[in-house]
Amino acid sequence: MDIKILGPGCSKCKTLDKITREVVEKNGINATISKVEDIMEIIKYGVMSTPALVVDEKVVVKGRVPSSDEIKQILTK
Amino acid sequence: MILKSSKWLLPIILPGIWILIYFNLQSGTNYLIDDIFRMQSGTRFAESFRFFIFEVPKVLMLLVLIIFVVGIIRSFFTAERTRKALEGRSLFAGNVMASMLGIVTPFCSCSAIPLFLGFVESGIPLGVTFSFLIAAPMINEVAVILLFGLFGWKVAAIYVGTGLVIAITAGWVIGKLKLENYVEPWVYEIRAGHAEGDEEKLQFSDRIQAGYTAVKEIVGKVWVYIILGIAVGAAAHGYVPENFMANLMGKSAWYSVPLSILIGVPLYSNAAGIIPIVSVLIEKGVPLGTALAFMMSVIGLSLPEMIILRKVLKLRLIVTFVGVVSLGIIIVGYIFNLIY
Repeated sequence: MDIKILGPGCSKCKTLDKITREVVEKNGINATISKVEDIMEIIKYGVMSTPALVVDEKVVVKGRVPSSDEIKQILTK
Repeated sequence: MILKSSKWLLPIILPGIWILIYFNLQSGTNYLIDDIFRMQSGTRFAESFRFFIFEVPKVLMLLVLIIFVVGIIRSFFTAERTRKALEGRSLFAGNVMASMLGIVTPFCSCSAIPLFLGFVESGIPLGVTFSFLIAAPMINEVAVILLFGLFGWKVAAIYVGTGLVIAITAGWVIGKLKLENYVEPWVYEIRAGHAEGDEEKLQFSDRIQAGYTAVKEIVGKVWVYIILGIAVGAAAHGYVPENFMANLMGKSAWYSVPLSILIGVPLYSNAAGIIPIVSVLIEKGVPLGTALAFMMSVIGLSLPEMIILRKVLKLRLIVTFVGVVSLGIIIVGYIFNLIY
């Protein structure tokens, strides 16, 4: 699974990055996580409010930080 | 299951408790100060202390309640939906709509760039985009709640009303000035993706959850500043002599409005700490227009946001933007000093 966190580096983006990494580690999900901070890249996903969570090139959450339960649900679906 | 039902029960029980406490705060504070602490009423310390003990819970309670409601309302609005609503609008109608949507659409200055790019990319005129970018930070929920709590609904309404007028006119003026050339050229070349179709479907319980999240996020961030601001305000309330500010910043001082903006712009500190202090300054003789101008420049024009926007806008456009908005704020300041 390919997970991307989109966000130019505000505090919410860092929170999302942290929570996602925790969820992946805790549940032993096989995934690569990368952080996209370049605005040009972010806008290519059609995201206008950061942070956003992208799983396998699909935007699943944008503009908010979901709870770890919600992230777990998304990633184990 | 227990957690689920508590989520439903809390919103039913809590408002009752809230109302009970909120409307008894004044008598509770007086009871505490006069009867339990037996402080001599009228002394400087007693009055400062009374102010602090009364205002802190009042403002924090208002904050929790309204942020919760705002969190729910905001779950109905997203940047993407706002963009869709603004596509193809003519200049003036677009400015009006953009300013109003600026109030309700969730916005943080850190996503100002992706939002700007998204707007420009779908052909929304520059002036309309600016109306949004002016209204969104200026009419922010924390500021409006504090104004309501410390000044009453009239001042809060005046603030929102004039903020809207400034956002609409400033955006319209910027649109008329035809400054499209002063946007960095690469902005027009990017092709943004459209993540349409997978709009998140939210249940009602998700929206309630959004309310809780908003309270946790926003109140968790600003409560310290509010308490600090009220503490400084309380000290000024008791110890600074009445009409102390009247000479320095009073109506007779013509320069007070522009000066307060010059002080206000670099002070991008959040509204939470500034407004309680301003509320006391008014009590000490600063006229309403000057105070409004000061608050608007603190909240609406922030240096960090300018720096972020520099990535997509040439300096001249940023200067025009700041100039037009400042001019609007100055006019508002003078008008209210004249009326009141």
